[in-house]
Formats: sequence, structure tokens, C-alpha cells
Amino acid sequence: MTENQVFTEVQGIFRDVFDDESLNITNETNANDIEEWDSLEQINLIVAMESTFKIRFTIDEVSELKNVGEMIALINKKVNNE
Amino acid sequence: MLGQENFIEKRIAILSGSTVGELQNILELFLLKQGIKPTFYQGSYNRYFEDAVYDNLELSDFNPDLIYIHTSVKSIIDFPVPFEEVEGIGVKLNNVLNSFIKVWESIAHKYNCPIIQNNFEALPQRIFGNADVYREDGALHFVNTLNQKFYEYSRANSNLYINDLNYQAAWYGLEKWFDNAAWYMYKYSFNMNAIPLVSHNIANIIKSIFGKNKKALAIDLDNTLWGGVIGDDGLDGIELGVETPKGMAYTDIQKYLKSVSKLGIALNICSKNEEIIAKTGFNHESSILKWDDFVVTKANWNNKDLNVNEIAKELNIFTDTIVFLDDNPAEREIVKNNLPSVAIPNLSEEYDFVKVLDQSGYFEVTNITEEDKKRISYFKSNQLRQHEVLALENYDDYLKSLGMKCEIQHFNNENLSRIVQLINKTNQFNLTTKRYTSEEVIQFMELTNSFGRCFKLKDKFGDNGIVSVLMADIQGYVLNINLWVMSCRVFKRELEKTIFDEIVGWCKQNHILKIRGYYYPTAKNKIVENLYSELGMSCIEDTPIQKVWNYEVNQEYNKKNEVMEVTSND
Repeated sequence: MTENQVFTEVQGIFRDVFDDESLNITNETNANDIEEWDSLEQINLIVAMESTFKIRFTIDEVSELKNVGEMIALINKKVNNE
Repeated sequence: MLGQENFIEKRIAILSGSTVGELQNILELFLLKQGIKPTFYQGSYNRYFEDAVYDNLELSDFNPDLIYIHTSVKSIIDFPVPFEEVEGIGVKLNNVLNSFIKVWESIAHKYNCPIIQNNFEALPQRIFGNADVYREDGALHFVNTLNQKFYEYSRANSNLYINDLNYQAAWYGLEKWFDNAAWYMYKYSFNMNAIPLVSHNIANIIKSIFGKNKKALAIDLDNTLWGGVIGDDGLDGIELGVETPKGMAYTDIQKYLKSVSKLGIALNICSKNEEIIAKTGFNHESSILKWDDFVVTKANWNNKDLNVNEIAKELNIFTDTIVFLDDNPAEREIVKNNLPSVAIPNLSEEYDFVKVLDQSGYFEVTNITEEDKKRISYFKSNQLRQHEVLALENYDDYLKSLGMKCEIQHFNNENLSRIVQLINKTNQFNLTTKRYTSEEVIQFMELTNSFGRCFKLKDKFGDNGIVSVLMADIQGYVLNINLWVMSCRVFKRELEKTIFDEIVGWCKQNHILKIRGYYYPTAKNKIVENLYSELGMSCIEDTPIQKVWNYEVNQEYNKKNEVMEVTSND
């Protein structure tokens, strides 16, 4: 899976979770940029990423995520390792 | 879904023992599907005890219609340790149990509403291995014992309903149920993918409590109640009984439906067949169901939506209380398109029919009354009456020929559950559509300035049981009829006249000068729009949201009832 494909999928997940088809994310997007992005939506995002890419995050990985860029980098690493 | 009509609105409080999160959203969807529009209060994370027991202004302001307590086995902190003495274990058990009892009693006292309480699911680990379940110091034994105590409390207290989380976890598969990462990171006590299963179960209990259960099944015959087509294959050709795998499956379907009918759910036939041939199928030696087990039988060549509609009419119920069972997707589609309110499970393979039906929760039992168990015979005697009315030309003669006997009862502990049921599920003959929980009815009974009666009706075809309830309060010299409901089983029997006689008679004896009747229109209660005018009351207010009638008691009154005998349990 290319990095572009991963980005597109992640974009789709964000739109889905926040129910906003016009939402455009960047690598710098973080919880401060999206009003509805609270701890519960964070869980929904993580769970959706895990099931879409068929990966599992560790507790450390989840707690260290700072923004969308880090999330995508982590997914790329996991997807391409497998 | 919000486009549907006839939503009832309910305020539901969720108290948290672990993350509630998505459960509330999914629960909302399931409730909307059942015609219930919820507003939610969500307690603070893991504060179910504090939220329930201590003063909670937010929750009192919310004034919940129902409280759901979202706990799980994760809510138990202090388990027995290996080789602990029985006394110590007993103390731990009582600590957990008493804290929950305190929660329930506090809710009953402060909020006076039904409670849904999760039981505890099995544990993910077993220190003693298989012995964990029977050793007294086994944690699993501890959990199971607590569950038994919960059930005892629930049996003794009609306001506590158990959501069987233990069963749901087993059904989902314990191995998948426990998602450790989700617990440690997000404090979801179980796998997020199990949330729909749990929410569905909770929604089923809620809709059952609020009178939204299904009442009848319209059932196809060929390849639904037996394998094969009776018209083509004949009695010897259809598959039923232990000789063939399919035959076994159909026998289990019949057994299941027979049990469902014991709950008071009316079985009806809706089949494209010649009636005379369809009937022969039930002569099969392995047929558990008999032709007489069905109330309305429609075996003809009409479109099935027409037949389902006829069944609803003959039973005098709404189509949204009917479940349509048919193996044929094309037939299901026709009914779905023409009668969108009918519930239609997707039956595919015969070996899964029972599973699909059982998981649906259409008939979830919460408060079953004696009337429920007898409902089938009510339906049947109603049919006999319908045949009689055709034979007698004059309707008055027909009513007199029924030999009706009405018994007037005060509210008491024996008739309470039926009163509450009738109040909460009656939609047509319901003047104000006010709903009351049993706790509220008990409070009403304790008031001195109130007038509450219920009415039993029997006739030569059978006993209908309690079919009407009236609740009124007294302000000075005025009696306000706040609630009046009557079961659709006894419409057009002039029982309302007998009841009005009782009201007026009582008012005269108790020096009441005015009787006020109220009507609040809903989508379903048009039938009683002019009831009070028909009873001789004067309309004093007429707006789109309410109508009010007045009756001056101090005038000569001739009893209106001429068709039934009346007795009272005074």
C-alpha cells in the first residue's frame, strides 16, 4: 500500500468519524483543529484505523500520537512491515 | 427513522461503571427503530454509585423515565483470594451486593422509575482453572453467586430489570468479548464491536417496559412451517419430524412458535394456498402446531400485504405490532413495500429461523400478566362474537345476547401490574396518553383526593379480564379525569356508558359538583375524540392541542347502561 493510498484511507476515516464530507486533513492536523475531536472520538479513530488497515497499535504508540502526520507514519510503518 | 410517526419520547439516564461512549449512540438508533425517541443523561465516568446515591441536582432536573446502570465484571474490585475463609468471602460478597442494593433503593426512592441493571459476565481468567466455578474461593463462583443475588432482588422488586450481559458475552464469545487494549486504554469494559449486541438487548428491555412489544405473528406455511409445498408434495411429501435434517429443523421451528404463543402472542396463518389443502398439513403426525393454534387463518391467493392487513383488522391491532414470517424474499418485499410498519425478519436458511426470531427480541418479556397468558383465548372469543354479530340484525340485541358482566374494582396489589400494562400500551382508546410506572400508580393509590377504578368484563364467550382503567384527581368540588384507557378488545360494547354511570354515581355520593374530561389528540386516539360529547358532557374548550368537557353533577341522571350486569368489589 502506497503512502498516498494510506493518506486517502485515513482522510476517509476522519470524514466518517466526524461525519463531515468536506473535512480535509494535513499532516499537522491535531485535536485542537477539529472541535469534535475529544477522547471518545480519538478512540473511534484508532479503532477505525485498526480495523481498516488490519493492524494493532500498542499502548505506547497510542499515547504518543501527536497529530495526523504521526498517525499516518505509524500506519505506513505497520502496513509495510507485514 | 425520525420521519416515522407515533414516536413516544423517553428520558433515559445512563449511569457509568466504565466508558459508555458509543453505546449511547447505538442505543439511540435501536430505540428510534422501536418508535422511542430518547433524550439522554450520561453520568460521570465510573460514578454510578455516587450519581445514584448522593444528591444529584442534574439527574433530578432531568427527571428520568428509566435508568440504565452500565456496569460489568470490571466493576467488582475485591474478589476472594485463594484459600480465603468462607466468612471473609461472605463479607466481600455482601459489600458488593449491598452497594448495588443501595444504588437501586436510592433510585427507587428518588427517581421512582424502572432500572435496568447489567449482571456480571464470566471472568477472562481462572486462577483455579475449571475449579474456579465451584470452589467457594473461586472468583468465578463469586461472580455467579452475585448474579443469583441480583436475580433474587429482581424477582422481589418489579422495578429492577436485569440486562443479561453474561449471556451476551457468552453469545459474542468471551475470548473476543474481553479486549484488554480497549480496557486499559479507553476503559471500555468489553470489545467495541459487541456494543450493538448489548445496545440491542437494552433497547428490547426498554421498549418492552414501555409497551412496544409485538403482539402477533403472520406466518407463511410452505417452506416456513414445513419443508416442501403441501399443494404439490401432499401430506406424505412435506418434510417434518426427525427422519430428515430439514424435517428436524421445521419441527424445532414449530416447537419454538408453540412456546411463543404461550406468552400470549397470537399465531396467524398468511399463506398462498387453498385453505382446505393448507389445513391438511397440520394433520402430519409430526406437526407440533395444530390448525386450532392459529387465531386468524388466511390461506387464499390474495396478495400477502392484504392478508396481513386483514389479520390486523380481525385482531383489532395495529400493523406495527405484527411480525411477518416468510421464507420467500419476494413475498417479504411486497409486504415491506405496502406495510412498512410490519416487522419482517430476514429468514434465509430454515436451520437459522429460530435463531433469527429469538435474537430479534420482538417478544421480550418484562411484566407478563395473567391477561397476557390468556390473550389468545380473548382473540378467539372475539372472533366468535364477530360471527354472532353477523347473525343478529339489531346491534342492541346482539349486545344484550352477549350476557355481559362488568366488575368494578379498586386498585390493589393483585391488579396493579395489569393496570400499569394497560396504561402503558393502550394507544387508541386513550384520552390523554399519559403513562405511569407501577411506582407512580402506587403513589396514586396512596392519595386521598383521588378516584381510581378498573373494570373487568366477561360475557358468554369468555372472560376479558381487566380492560379499562380510569384515574382522576379531585380539586375542591371538581373531579378531573386525567387518564382513561380501554383495551381495543372491548370497543363498541358500551362499557364506556357503564363506566360513566360509575363516575357520576360516585360523584353524587361524594358531593362532587363538576366532572372535567380532557382529550389530547395523538396519531392513534381519534376514536375517542368525541367520547365525552357522546356521554352528554359539554365541550368548554376546543383547541388543536386539547379539548376539555364539563359535566354538572347536580342534575337528574338516568343510567346509560342497558346491556350489562354490574358488580363492584367495594
